[in-house]
Amino acid sequence: MAAPKKGRRPTGAQGRPGRALAIILIAMVALTAGMFLTKQTTPRLGIDLAGGTSITLKAKSEPGKPDAVNETNMNTAVGIIERRVNGLGVSEAEVQTQGRDHIIVNIPRGMNEQQAREQVGTTAQLYFRPVLAFADGAPVAPEGKPSPSTSGAPSPSASGSGAPKAENGKPGSSATPSSSATSQGRVLSEALKAPGAPSPSPSASESKKADDKAPTPVPTPSGADAAVANLQAKFAALDCNDEKQRATVGKDVKPEDPTLACGKRGNTWGKWVLGPAAVNGQDVDNAKGAINPQSAQWIVTMQFTDKGADKFAKITGELATKQSPQNQFAIVLDGEVISDPSVSQALTGGNAEISGGFTQQSAQDLGNMLSYGALPLSFQEDSVTTVTPALGSEQLQAGLIAGAIGLALVVIYLLVYYRGLAFIAIVSLLVSAVLTYTIMALLGKGIGFALNLPAVCGAIVAIGITADSFIVYFERIRDEIREGRTLRPAVERAWPRARRTILVSDFVSFLAAAVLFIVTVGKVQGFAFTLGLTTLLDVVVVFLFTKPVMTLLARTKFFSSGHPWSGLDPKRLGAKPPLRRSRRTGGAATAAAVPAPVDAKEA
Amino acid sequence: MSKLGDLGARLYRGEVGYDFVGKRFLWYGVSILITITAIVALAVQGLNMGIEFKGGAVFTTPKTAVSVADVTEDAKKASGHEAIVQELGTGGMRIQISGLNTDDAAGVKKQLATDLKVDANQINADLVGPSWGEQIANKAWTGLGIFMVLVVLYLAIAFEWRMAVAALVALIHDLTITVGVYALVGFEVTPGTVIGLLTILGYSLYDTVVVFDGLKEGSKDITKQTRYTFSEIANRSINGTLVRSINTTVVALLPVGALLFIGGGFLGAGMLNDISLSLFVGLAAGAYSSIFIATPLVVDLKEREPAMKALRKRVLAKRAAAAAKGESQDDAQEAQDTPQVVAQGQGQGRRRR
Repeated sequence: MAAPKKGRRPTGAQGRPGRALAIILIAMVALTAGMFLTKQTTPRLGIDLAGGTSITLKAKSEPGKPDAVNETNMNTAVGIIERRVNGLGVSEAEVQTQGRDHIIVNIPRGMNEQQAREQVGTTAQLYFRPVLAFADGAPVAPEGKPSPSTSGAPSPSASGSGAPKAENGKPGSSATPSSSATSQGRVLSEALKAPGAPSPSPSASESKKADDKAPTPVPTPSGADAAVANLQAKFAALDCNDEKQRATVGKDVKPEDPTLACGKRGNTWGKWVLGPAAVNGQDVDNAKGAINPQSAQWIVTMQFTDKGADKFAKITGELATKQSPQNQFAIVLDGEVISDPSVSQALTGGNAEISGGFTQQSAQDLGNMLSYGALPLSFQEDSVTTVTPALGSEQLQAGLIAGAIGLALVVIYLLVYYRGLAFIAIVSLLVSAVLTYTIMALLGKGIGFALNLPAVCGAIVAIGITADSFIVYFERIRDEIREGRTLRPAVERAWPRARRTILVSDFVSFLAAAVLFIVTVGKVQGFAFTLGLTTLLDVVVVFLFTKPVMTLLARTKFFSSGHPWSGLDPKRLGAKPPLRRSRRTGGAATAAAVPAPVDAKEA
Repeated sequence: MSKLGDLGARLYRGEVGYDFVGKRFLWYGVSILITITAIVALAVQGLNMGIEFKGGAVFTTPKTAVSVADVTEDAKKASGHEAIVQELGTGGMRIQISGLNTDDAAGVKKQLATDLKVDANQINADLVGPSWGEQIANKAWTGLGIFMVLVVLYLAIAFEWRMAVAALVALIHDLTITVGVYALVGFEVTPGTVIGLLTILGYSLYDTVVVFDGLKEGSKDITKQTRYTFSEIANRSINGTLVRSINTTVVALLPVGALLFIGGGFLGAGMLNDISLSLFVGLAAGAYSSIFIATPLVVDLKEREPAMKALRKRVLAKRAAAAAKGESQDDAQEAQDTPQVVAQGQGQGRRRR
């Protein structure tokens, strides 16, 4: 390649090919270096290439809550689903919103698909369960474990932190015993109306393999010693400070069975033995964080449905007669205790409030969880795709082979047709390929871009679009040579016109990709993204690489002399001055053919 | 191939050329015929909508010894729904069960695994709720609408409204043909097909825009000369970009053809195949329409303009005068040759500005 220094000639619209080449070279080096520095040397593969499960959820808009499907709720849902899925022990699962009302959950291979689907799709895994026993999060020494009977269990820090003290305070008496910042509190009754439609039955758990072997399905909260007994060992051994154990505890337990649960009290984890679910999330008609006007503290108010109100009255009536901690009920969200207020009297009437130690955030969060169940929205599964790693790699291989064949065919075609010029096109294609590959690899880390099959298709289709830019330019150059110019001016004169064509057509292509990307979801998006990216890169490559290289090569003898293999042979192209006459005598008939019919028709 | 190079040279010099514009009514006729066929096929046969649009499940199994007929029977028994089974190039089976509830699919999958004696973890499952395909299609329609509006606006600004209209007609033409081919042949329509169709949008217009760009340049100072009518200029532009159009189409079709070959030949069916098939049909239609439909349409619209009508009159008058001068056949031949030579100069002059 000619020395870039020469490029300082003032003539020509673009007199500094060296600079442009330097820029693109630096960009390539920087991208490649970045790729190796971040240790992300291959693009992240999508589920359909790497294997795994991809679930597309659509938010259902529910009657009466037309505005429920909004960005805030979608993001909350994504957060909750993410927690659930990653709670299954795989941390690479990704959950993201797509479009206005879709959530895509991608779970890499090696995960129980069935379990994942249950986790993801379920709306309400919120239960009110009576507390049978409570202890600190750490496992208790094997021998002397406390029985779940009344007073023994709670460690000082837990019970002492103020939550479970029962008082039947009326709204006026707001002396909250709690001093900690946990979301525990006590329940005060407010005898107001009990509105709301009867809710559908609780979404009973689908799975049968409850990990506790409790044979008696309906123990009463206090007296189910038989059922509870075998939870003892587990309860003693349970270490809630261990994330893994937290993730599995209480999974797959039917609501009507007693269970174990972890939960955070303040900054420490506690563990509970819980009785059967008394009230479930769907019994809550509405709940929200609010400020108690008397105490000026944040509280959570709840309204139950008719059915829920009855259940709630019953359970609070039972609990009120007991002693701490069994006078508490735990609000269990996705198997985790998020609050365990105590009760001192039967709360009838369908309205209740939880107070004590809330911040604005925690009150509103709890209100949100209570009113929508676990998820702020309900979702339906729109598509579930499970791809085995075998098929994934097969598809990837097929895509790569197709790309290689396509590229080879294009290269052969270009070589045959453009000869020497083809090398410029091929190197340009390579530059484009390097840029595309490195950017894709980096975007895998940057914005979580995953190369899926449609994206591979997009890249292959892009070969055509990219090559077309070169073709447009080469044809322009050839046109100029046909007019009798030598190569150097031809290259410069052809450029502005080719440039415009390339820009205009690439713009249209990019527009299509952008519209597709914004409007569509899932697979289509991957395709649109690749197409848009490669179109942009096409412009970059043509401006910063192909054109400068062309300028430089125009100075070499091989090209400027119009060597027969350069693809720019004036003779072969039929350049005007020397050849016109002779050609005309040879092919007069053809020569006259074109304008003649037109003229004849119009004359 | 160097023949094409020669062709390029002769096309450029105007020695050889196809009278695209003059014979436009022939091509309009061809296109209308194709379009009508497409619409009739669509109306009579309808589209073979894939499972993604009906809801159901597609299972892809690894290599199995069980025959297709048996698998069909097993799938029917396991799911209680009709099943379509294809054998893939890999020896595996592709089992489509429409109407299968996503919740029931897990059980069916297990049953199939037992029946086919393969590991359940080796079976790929694609479960689709009944509204999924519809949503994809709806979004595609929305995208199509937005894109068309934007593109028409853009072309109207960058070129002129006539070209925008012509490009839009060509675009709809391409889409109709592609959809028609799908209806006629009975290819399955999947989200992959929709992706392919949407890409055609960009590509078809891309092609049209390149041709229009040549036309715009060729007709820049058209009113300042009296040698050619707009139709003739347009025809020259098409011929001038013909080699590029051919090359571009070939270069675009080669990779897509490779995709189609690999996707269809090796994987049997799936996303690769679906995208490339619709792309292949659409690209071919797009190359055709940008030359045979879009530009002639611009001509038709443009020739209605008073300025162009006046130009036409002047050109014809001048030619009549020239013809009157020369009596003999030889002279007439000469007269026809002359403008051609001068035209070269003219062309250069325009380019030099």
